[in-house]
Amino acid sequence: MSRSSLWVSVIGIVVLLLGGCAKQSASPATPKPTAFGATLVESSGGKQIGATGTVLGQSVVVQVNDEQGNAVPGALVEFSGPVGVSFDPPAGLTDSSGQLSTNVALGVIAARYQITASTLTKAQQKVELKLEEMALGYQEQVGHQLDEKYCVRCHNPESTPERVSNYDNLETKPHAFTEGDTLNKMSDADLSAIIGHGGPALNKSALMPPYGYTLSKTEIQALLAYIRLISDPPYQGSGMLYVQK
Amino acid sequence: MEPDKNPKSSMWQIFFGDPVRAFGVVSLLLLISLAIAPAKNHFSEWRHYQQQYLTLIRGRGDAVTLQRHLQSGIQQIWLPDLGVVDRCTTCHVGLKEASLADVSSQPFRRHPVIPHKLDEFGCVTCHRGQGAATTVEEAHRSTLAWEQPILPARYVEASCGQCHRAALAGTPQLNLGRNLLGRYGCVHCHTVKLPDGGAMKATDDPPSLSHIVDKTTREWVYAWLKDPQAYAVSATMPNFKLSDPDARDISGFLIANSTALPGDTATLPASKAPPDPTAAASLYGESFCASCHAVQNAAGNVVGGDVGPELTRVGSKVKPEWLQSWLRNPRAYDAETAMPHYRLSDQQASLLSAYLENKTDSDLLANVHLDAATPEQIAHGKTLVTEYGCAACHEISGIKKPENFAPELTRIGSKPITQLVFLAGMPHTLPDYISAKIRQPRSFGAALKMPQFSFAPAQVDAVTTALLSLTDRGQNLPRSLTVPVPQVSDYQPAGKAGKLMADLACFSCHAINGRGGDMAPDLTWEGSSVQRPWLQAFLKNPNTLRPALIRRMPRFNLSDGDINELTDYIMTVYQAPAFDRDSMPASGYPAAQVEQGRQLFYAKYACQSCHIVNTKTDKGYVGPTLTQVGSRLNAAWIYNWLKNPQALRPGVIEPNFNMSDEDARALTAFLMTQRNSGKQEAKK
Repeated sequence: MSRSSLWVSVIGIVVLLLGGCAKQSASPATPKPTAFGATLVESSGGKQIGATGTVLGQSVVVQVNDEQGNAVPGALVEFSGPVGVSFDPPAGLTDSSGQLSTNVALGVIAARYQITASTLTKAQQKVELKLEEMALGYQEQVGHQLDEKYCVRCHNPESTPERVSNYDNLETKPHAFTEGDTLNKMSDADLSAIIGHGGPALNKSALMPPYGYTLSKTEIQALLAYIRLISDPPYQGSGMLYVQK
Repeated sequence: MEPDKNPKSSMWQIFFGDPVRAFGVVSLLLLISLAIAPAKNHFSEWRHYQQQYLTLIRGRGDAVTLQRHLQSGIQQIWLPDLGVVDRCTTCHVGLKEASLADVSSQPFRRHPVIPHKLDEFGCVTCHRGQGAATTVEEAHRSTLAWEQPILPARYVEASCGQCHRAALAGTPQLNLGRNLLGRYGCVHCHTVKLPDGGAMKATDDPPSLSHIVDKTTREWVYAWLKDPQAYAVSATMPNFKLSDPDARDISGFLIANSTALPGDTATLPASKAPPDPTAAASLYGESFCASCHAVQNAAGNVVGGDVGPELTRVGSKVKPEWLQSWLRNPRAYDAETAMPHYRLSDQQASLLSAYLENKTDSDLLANVHLDAATPEQIAHGKTLVTEYGCAACHEISGIKKPENFAPELTRIGSKPITQLVFLAGMPHTLPDYISAKIRQPRSFGAALKMPQFSFAPAQVDAVTTALLSLTDRGQNLPRSLTVPVPQVSDYQPAGKAGKLMADLACFSCHAINGRGGDMAPDLTWEGSSVQRPWLQAFLKNPNTLRPALIRRMPRFNLSDGDINELTDYIMTVYQAPAFDRDSMPASGYPAAQVEQGRQLFYAKYACQSCHIVNTKTDKGYVGPTLTQVGSRLNAAWIYNWLKNPQALRPGVIEPNFNMSDEDARALTAFLMTQRNSGKQEAKK
């Protein structure tokens, strides 16, 4: 009698425990789509620069359109990304204007992150949209700030309402820091020399002034780390090459 | 129990039947129990990781170096000053290996480059967790005995804030969070004491409500209380989620309680001719209102400065007679306002006022119909105003500013989780608790007073980060390790000029002697920098110095007397101690030296990349135009500036060229020949 009641309680506890586990691990169910689109376009939030492990400043907004290019409300969009990237929400239905917005937290490694939004067409075909975001570590972050303060006015051809670009005014055009095709071929030492001693140090234009008496070595290092990170195509590194499996 | 007895006794017989056998069995048991300790050590987690690391580095180009760096066994960083006993490096063996940049799997990832050495600060100072533990579970996650789990990477900047109290270039999230704590007025209600004795100060400057009856209507107050962001998306006032009757009563009380202020309303002309919209818009532009005030454009973006309030729907808020008076002299209504006293003519004031009154939103007050407030409603409104702590932020006549209105947050970053009440389904960690409190304070109880703020997700994380930086460790740090905030100066210029500068709100944009804004150049040494006639002309009619800037010096319509007063004061008081401004002549430089300067300007130093001397050939847009620099600046200032710009204006972006004295002299000679030639070709 007492033994059987013991068994009952043991089983009860086990069931409860399992139930508890199941409840914790259950993820919110993805909603059922009420409509299907044909294409997926970015509304905003691509190509942001954030910090490692943190939520990007702007939400990523994508829009589902049909064949005619009209917005499709009620279509299911799912977001995915490399390990460490999280989305809030990870999936959802598009709103009345055919858009879905998600907040993206990037991983802990300083790198470019490619995130993917996907939706299904009527024919159950998967349509994907790839967006790129950048996560900066401490050093790259410092470099980014320095870039914004000292470099961007000449090295970035784009103007913003707050900042008119000086790019068009220069006789010799500076390289954008994303220009991997050119900058990746230059060694760290060469780039440091140009930043520190100006263009003439490498027989380049004097329009690039020396910053070696204004910025510290650590700051130039940080700037370099930032330039290497944002370069497109990506910088492969000049270090040793390893035997990969 | 009966059926068990026989087999058990026979087992007993087998092992302990005779004394020799019993002795053997006991010895064996003893041996096994002795072996447990070394076995446990041998099979420990960290040994497994160290083995794994050896496998990982095998085959890499620098395997030998890496293996030499590896120290097997339990590693420990012991820092008594910081209370750090960290064994994390036992498993995280590759933290210092720069060549492991491609390894992304933990625990072997290298540490990102930071300005601190691992051996000087340990790991838990920044990452929290249990440093002394040597198993994954115990080190990273909270257990019953240990409360401190690892701080998630998304909040790790909080740890920098324990020692660094001022903004850091590498911690944008922490900087933003601290900024928001001040800007959204969190610290009006929540005290945050700093270890150096002071307290965190709010930066939002909420308006006094003692005289709002002059400024706005009860209907607007009602709509604003119900949803501040419906009036202005960038409003920092939180939403108190008031019921209609509560908003009705509070608005009734605030209007009834406020008194008219003599002289803050203007008598409007009887007949109003419709203003010329182009002239009004260009006056708004010329006065550079947008430097401080934002307006939401058709695309929904808020464009403009954030020193003053957003003006998108200002016409639905302010009374025309108040607005005109405010534009003529804002100090009549608010003596401390950041808004300059523009000295507009009556015609200009009415033009600008009409322009702003047109910025309305018909939806805002469409559904607000309030009957006259009854005495009971007003009394209830007063109770609500006291209960919600409105006076913690706003000055309200007859209501005292409440002390310690909300829980103190001085050590919130170290609050034990046993003292927190979590919501169902919420992860039991401090960061999750804090961020949920910021996101939806009322979800912790409908009766709570904390209002709903309008933070975006990244802002919530930033505020959480700033709060997590307020730790016990931060409070108890040795003084030598803290990096304090630079002292805020309360500099006040003296005399009549000082009064004028306060009236013109110069400090809203310019900094002088450590006090003031950063929108415009620092004027601490302006007297050494510029020539007197230029300064006089500039104050009378500011022309464009930096074509690429959208925020420029407005025209204040100053009288000649005021201009002389200001010029005298600036030229006499704001002088650089490092050199005599009259030590170099303004003219008379030999032609050869001037020519040498020209060569240096265009060839060696390529100054034209940022500056314009000849408007026909030069296009540089970054620095100020130098076409008339010889009439604007003193020669000694130019020379010293060329030698070291940062020494004269810290943080200025013009690089230090480490120029020789000879080059600097030649360039000065060349620049001093760039003079006002009568026609103003620089104006753009």
